[in-house]
Amino acid sequence: MDAEQPSGGARRSFICWSAAAAAAWSTWPRTVVGQTTDELTGGDPLGSMQWPGLRKQYLGNAPMHFSDAVVVRGPEFADDAMNVPLLVNARALEAVGGGVARIQVVVDRNPVRDVLTFTPHKALPMLAFRIRMEQASPVRAMVQTRDGQWHVGSTWVKASGGGCTVPGITRADGSWVKTLNQVQTRFFYNPVDGSRRLRVRVMHPMDTGLVAGIPAFHVEELKLVDTLGEVWWALQLHEPVSENPLITLELPSQGGQGFRLLGRDNNGNRIEAEVKA
Amino acid sequence: MSRAVLYGFQPPRAPRSPWHRLPRWAVAVGLLTTAAWQPLLAQQPAAPASLAAKPQRPTPVTTAQPATLQYGLAPRELAPGHWVIEGAVDDFGRHNGCNIINTAMVLTAEGPVVINTGPSRLYGEQQRQAVQWIWTSAGGSPQAKGQVLSLNLHPDYFFGNQAWADWPTLALPGTRAGMRAEGPAYADNLYRLCGDWMKGTESTPSKVDATPGTLRVGQRTLALHRFQGHTDDDLVVLDPAAGVAYVGGLVFMNRVPTTPHANFDQWLASLDALEAILKAGNYRWVVPSHGPIHTGLAGLNQTRDWLKWLTTAMATHADAGRDLGEVLHQPAVPPRFADWAAMPAELHRSLTQWYPVYEKRALAR
Repeated sequence: MDAEQPSGGARRSFICWSAAAAAAWSTWPRTVVGQTTDELTGGDPLGSMQWPGLRKQYLGNAPMHFSDAVVVRGPEFADDAMNVPLLVNARALEAVGGGVARIQVVVDRNPVRDVLTFTPHKALPMLAFRIRMEQASPVRAMVQTRDGQWHVGSTWVKASGGGCTVPGITRADGSWVKTLNQVQTRFFYNPVDGSRRLRVRVMHPMDTGLVAGIPAFHVEELKLVDTLGEVWWALQLHEPVSENPLITLELPSQGGQGFRLLGRDNNGNRIEAEVKA
Repeated sequence: MSRAVLYGFQPPRAPRSPWHRLPRWAVAVGLLTTAAWQPLLAQQPAAPASLAAKPQRPTPVTTAQPATLQYGLAPRELAPGHWVIEGAVDDFGRHNGCNIINTAMVLTAEGPVVINTGPSRLYGEQQRQAVQWIWTSAGGSPQAKGQVLSLNLHPDYFFGNQAWADWPTLALPGTRAGMRAEGPAYADNLYRLCGDWMKGTESTPSKVDATPGTLRVGQRTLALHRFQGHTDDDLVVLDPAAGVAYVGGLVFMNRVPTTPHANFDQWLASLDALEAILKAGNYRWVVPSHGPIHTGLAGLNQTRDWLKWLTTAMATHADAGRDLGEVLHQPAVPPRFADWAAMPAELHRSLTQWYPVYEKRALAR
């Protein structure tokens, strides 16, 4: 949820009104009651008034900059607001600042902004997944390199929306109980140069908690470990990730044996599956 | 003070002529059809000769006027008593009034048989004016009741039904069930896409079951065939004597086929069966619901080509492990599809809905 600071309410509402004024007089955008558009949006290349609050919430005062090295791609239009495919690729940062430590994905205008946090460990800093969207919004991948610096890539996804507030198919028909936490995995070789692609699907209703009478119920943690217990990647998932999450990750083409997928949902149900080579 | 004045009402002005923005041939075609149609709109009697002045060019004419909510429907006679009103070869949009469907009327001694009623109440009303004028000009009684057939459950096949509430409205049983189930969601979507054109429209599902087989109306014998694949119930209406085939949603031409209720295998099988029927008869005109009216199997072959390409591409991508997001950003489709209307929006809709099915299959291997 959007954790607003109680004491910041007055200031935020001032910013909101300023934003409305800026929108209303678009022919006169540079200064509105003493603030420039850049100040209102924190220099966000997508011009989103939510960005300054979002930055404060997630990055605090850590150094950040907007960067083309972080590629976020969504569809031209989200035809299915419950399954919006996103691609995040930060490989251009592999040799920057000691490499990628984590990738955090957030959606400015979703009722639940947090989507997921990906820690690549031995995997490549890129992944594909699907999310629910409640309305058209900027989608951000905030990538932290090991030197502490944040690199932020963004894209606008247009949508007619409503994806967070209707039950998924398996929740609506009740079939989720038969498949809960079942796992399918498969390796594919060379879709991306020099990598082993792992596609993972976990059967889970991923309830957002925003449908009346259905509390939030979603996968919280997933990780890939080998026989030696080494972690190859780890994911923290939040409510907006689509029902029956299908996640695509890239491992180096060599190494590792006896992979296992481990995880749990927010009710403590365990996820454990062997990953066939 | 009247409400109109309160809200800054101004008397409507004549809309500015859009002709200067069109190529000359389009102006010529437009003037021809508009000239033929003006007396119809005015509900004035006109000499039957004006009906013969129909445009010969088989180009769909759409003159939708968003400012005045006039669809500019331009009926055209394909064969004696077979009239079609062609929609834009396009995607839904406010610029075309969301009128992308071909509707039709077949005149019989017992009254008109209307095929499909368009995307809105307004379309149904303007269509009914046209049908009524053509019917009475041909000597029919203004009180005559015909019947209305909707060829499948998609909204622009039946959202004009409100204007035909006092006539029997027919559709196949599965189509009627689908209209009842999906109507409210269609309305939400079309109001969002089409805006004011939808004013006053409520989903009004067909009220009577259509029965496949022979439909005798007046002097005409129509053949009703039930197929499957584009939807669960695809109605095709043939007039073998007149050589006109209303093939509904099974055939698209120069426009990416829509697939929200598709079963690809059934659809391909239906196209084979339909091809055999068309080849065995003497059909001069094939009327798809979307795309130009044409002669021969061009539309049928285009649709088959597309369905095979789409399903093969989805299977290939899924086996290579590609994600939906990557497939949506694949480079251009083969050149033979590139110029079709609604490309790539309709392709993206099809991929978004159906590619996940192929992904699941690939994961299960």
